[in-house]
Amino acid sequence: MGVETQELLRVADLSVDFATQEGTVHAVDCVSFDVAPGELVGLVGESGCGKSVTASAILGLTRMLGNATVSGRIEFEGRDLLALPEKEVRRIRGKDIAMIFQDPVTSLNPVLSIKRLMTEGIEVHLGLKHDAAVERAIEMLRLVGIPQAEERIHDYPHQFSGGMRQRVMIAIALSCNPRLLLADEPTTALDVTIQAQILRLMKRLSADYDAAIIVITHDLGVVAGMCRRILVMYAGRLVESGPAKQLFRHPHHPYTVGLLRSVPRLDEPRKTQLQSIEGLPPDLSHLPPGCSFAPRCYLASDECWQAPPELTETAPGRRSACFHADKLLTAEPA
Amino acid sequence: MKAVPQSAAPGGAAFMAGDYVVRIDGLKVHFPITSGIVIQHRIGAVRAVDGVSFDIRKGETLGLVGESGCGKSTTGRAILQLIKPTEGHVLYEGADLARLRGGALRRQRRKMQMIFQDPYASLNSRMTLADIVGEPLLVHKLRARNKRDERVRELLQLVGLNPNTLNRYPHEFSGGQRQRIGIARALAVEPNFIVCDEPISALDVSIRAQIINLLKELQGRFDLTYLFIAHDLSVVRHISDRVAVMYLGRIVELADNDKLYGEPMHPYTQALLSAVPIPDPEAEEQRRAVVLAGDVPSPADPPSGCHFHTRCPVAQEGLCDVQDPELREVRSDHWAACHLISADDYPHIRAGEREPDETALDGSTDDGAETDVSTGGVDW
Repeated sequence: MGVETQELLRVADLSVDFATQEGTVHAVDCVSFDVAPGELVGLVGESGCGKSVTASAILGLTRMLGNATVSGRIEFEGRDLLALPEKEVRRIRGKDIAMIFQDPVTSLNPVLSIKRLMTEGIEVHLGLKHDAAVERAIEMLRLVGIPQAEERIHDYPHQFSGGMRQRVMIAIALSCNPRLLLADEPTTALDVTIQAQILRLMKRLSADYDAAIIVITHDLGVVAGMCRRILVMYAGRLVESGPAKQLFRHPHHPYTVGLLRSVPRLDEPRKTQLQSIEGLPPDLSHLPPGCSFAPRCYLASDECWQAPPELTETAPGRRSACFHADKLLTAEPA
Repeated sequence: MKAVPQSAAPGGAAFMAGDYVVRIDGLKVHFPITSGIVIQHRIGAVRAVDGVSFDIRKGETLGLVGESGCGKSTTGRAILQLIKPTEGHVLYEGADLARLRGGALRRQRRKMQMIFQDPYASLNSRMTLADIVGEPLLVHKLRARNKRDERVRELLQLVGLNPNTLNRYPHEFSGGQRQRIGIARALAVEPNFIVCDEPISALDVSIRAQIINLLKELQGRFDLTYLFIAHDLSVVRHISDRVAVMYLGRIVELADNDKLYGEPMHPYTQALLSAVPIPDPEAEEQRRAVVLAGDVPSPADPPSGCHFHTRCPVAQEGLCDVQDPELREVRSDHWAACHLISADDYPHIRAGEREPDETALDGSTDDGAETDVSTGGVDW
């Protein structure tokens, strides 16, 4: 690749604004993070926190939206995707960076057969002849555990169950040997027993193919078992990042603390009451001037309302955007 | 007509009597599959609910869990007669709702309400909060029209909404607030029994705990009985007193919360519980999930015998694929439908030492998904 740096993807000061009738919506606000080759990263947050928009920006999909303004840098293998012409980005999208969408029902074209859906990308990106592409498609379907792949490749998406459809989607995404896979809520539409199958499959394929995966989800359980490093987003900003084990055991941001406390766990004794985070996430077109979590935060003080806190290092490899992070460093584990 | 027949239904009439609010017995809901455009022939049926019996005791929360398509929502709707049961009985305070029609049914319905899954689809976007929450009051003649708004304010306050918002429309509220509106509407008629159909699965993580806490608080305050339908096993454990697990239209296990989660006996329950991810990387390293092969079979053509035998790692040929297991009391107040549970033992499904999906991936065999089963780790 000719790039000496360790990083596969480097996102720096990424901001995405949408112009709407109600004013400018700051969907993503100065987000920076890196992903190393083969790394499994979890991007966690609630709906509207900007996690999916971040993924769209990395894929260069935001340029198709007329009302979106993107600024910052997205360096992939040393090249700034935001500065590349669309023609160049098209060579990367679907090949080096692939995406798995949440809903396999709506994201697979129902009038195209699996064969057509799969071979299109393989022919375009890998330059294979049709027969060779079909061969590769069948190989990929086998790899993701679709029985009778050579017959089922002629079927249409509706002939597959939800879990099988998600396997097809993973097969499509991996068919061109991507270096980076963006998985946006890959198991949210699936049942737990199927979810377990798909997560294992993704984890194993990532190791075999040395592909990095960014798992985008609201479900802390999904990333806990799969990802080494976690990024937490709230209201368009990155509020905490760090290695998964440390972050889950000892969160350095009150929002992460709240999220972890508000979900019941099967391995813990039952509690009489769940600790909820009071209030609602803020309106992204009218963000408070200070920390956007301040209105819901149990640690909030006067300074939190003045200016947004910077994402600063709290421990080696860990960052938190909170003025009161020092209080959490010494606190009991959540 | 006699109220408690149905020896064919699992569990049958053998369920222990008690202070129950709702008793369902041999409930079946079959949706016809038809063919033809003008003259429709019935060519089969989707057996969404296929012989379900249980009691819901006064003041308890009965959790009903299962994967999508297992019939849990249909069961909830059939209890409220929103879907007419094909067969079976739904006894509410002694009256069989499945036999009631018209006004008699409407009067009973006042006592039973439902909270729906999707707070975006279940509120009419053209009605104000006063109309949405107040409509049941007028339908059941609980308040005069001019007293309606006063009661609506009370209800809104009760569920944690600003009582002065009663002239606003649903689109002005967030998902969590809309779910509160749905709860206020259900409470308007002062019901005893509420079916909560996935009330939090459409909500954000930080909002879910708020709604769960609200439901619990209201239950204590108004002595409500809940049927809590959900697919999230950790939430069901948190909120329920007893839990029923459904698979392909049937109850496979029913027990006290602590018993079901502490010592699940049915292989399906064990697999289901082991598959739930825990939000803690260290616990995740310890967790050994049983990865079940394949998907849930179609309820239009359920497998013979035990519906679970096609995915069950311990299924015995000649028994499980032939004979329907009955839902029986395998331990004191612990019900399960499995042939392999004996008086002093039950199948222990345990994941193998080896990652189960390795066989599927390195073998690149045609039956990839099938080899996903952790049969290697089955232990008796």
